[in-house]
Amino acid sequence: MKISEIQRLLDAEVLCGGESLENEVSSACCSDMMSDVLAYVKDQGVLLTGLLNTQVIRTAAMMDMVCIVMVRGKMPTAEMVALAKESGIVMMHTKLRAYEACGRLYHAGLGRGEV
Amino acid sequence: MTEPLRFHYDVDGENFSSAGEASVALKQNLRKLGYSPEVIRKVSIAMYEGEINMVIHANGGVADVEITDDRITIILADKGPGIADVELAMQEGFSTARDNIRALGFGAGMGLPNMKKYTDDMKIDTEVGVGTTITMVVLL
Repeated sequence: MKISEIQRLLDAEVLCGGESLENEVSSACCSDMMSDVLAYVKDQGVLLTGLLNTQVIRTAAMMDMVCIVMVRGKMPTAEMVALAKESGIVMMHTKLRAYEACGRLYHAGLGRGEV
Repeated sequence: MTEPLRFHYDVDGENFSSAGEASVALKQNLRKLGYSPEVIRKVSIAMYEGEINMVIHANGGVADVEITDDRITIILADKGPGIADVELAMQEGFSTARDNIRALGFGAGMGLPNMKKYTDDMKIDTEVGVGTTITMVVLL
C-alpha cells in the first residue's frame, strides 16, 4: 500500500515527509509502549501511536520504519516533526482513534506482517 | 587484522528527550561503513535500549563501541544504583521503572531481555550502589 493511501484512508494531515508519499509499505503496528515496539515489531513500516514524545521517532528510526501516524488528534511538537524530517520519516496525524485507524488500514489490506 | 574502529558517546542523564542520540549517531556511522541492515538494526536496538536504561535508571553514562573484523562490541557503563537481582531483571515484564517512565512509553520490563535477544552475547557486571557495565557483542 502506498503511504498516500494511508493518508487518504485515515483522512490524515501530513506534517513532514510529503515527498515520500508514493513509497510502498506492506505492514503496520500500533502501540503506545515503545518498549513493546522495540521488542515485538519486525519489519513493520508504519507505526500508529497516541504517544507524544521524541522517543517515538527515535524508536521508529531504530526499527527502520518509514511512517508514523499520530492518532486521536495528537499534534506532535515542532521538535518531533523536525526529528522525523531529519530521520526521513513521514509523519501524519489523524483525528481517528487507534482502534478505528488500525481497522481501516487492516480492512484495506495493510497486513500486520511477520511477528 | 585491521586496527579496531572505536566510537565513544556520552549519554546525558538529565534529559529524557535527548535519550537515543548516541544510538542515532552510531547507526549513521554503521551505515556509512556499509554494514548490512540486519547488523545495523541489531546493534542500534541493543544500544538504544541500553541508552534508555542508563537515562531512566542511572542518570546517564558512557557508551564505547569497538568494531573489529568479526564483531561489534558495545560497552555501556554507568555509575547508577546497580542491579540488585540480575536474574529477576532479565525476566520479561519485570521493571523497577516508575509510572512517569511508563507514561513516556518505556518501563515495560523488555529492555534487558531485548538487548540479549538482539545480540550474540551479553554480560552484565553490576554492583549495588556502585554502577553497572553491560558488554554486548554482535557477530559480523
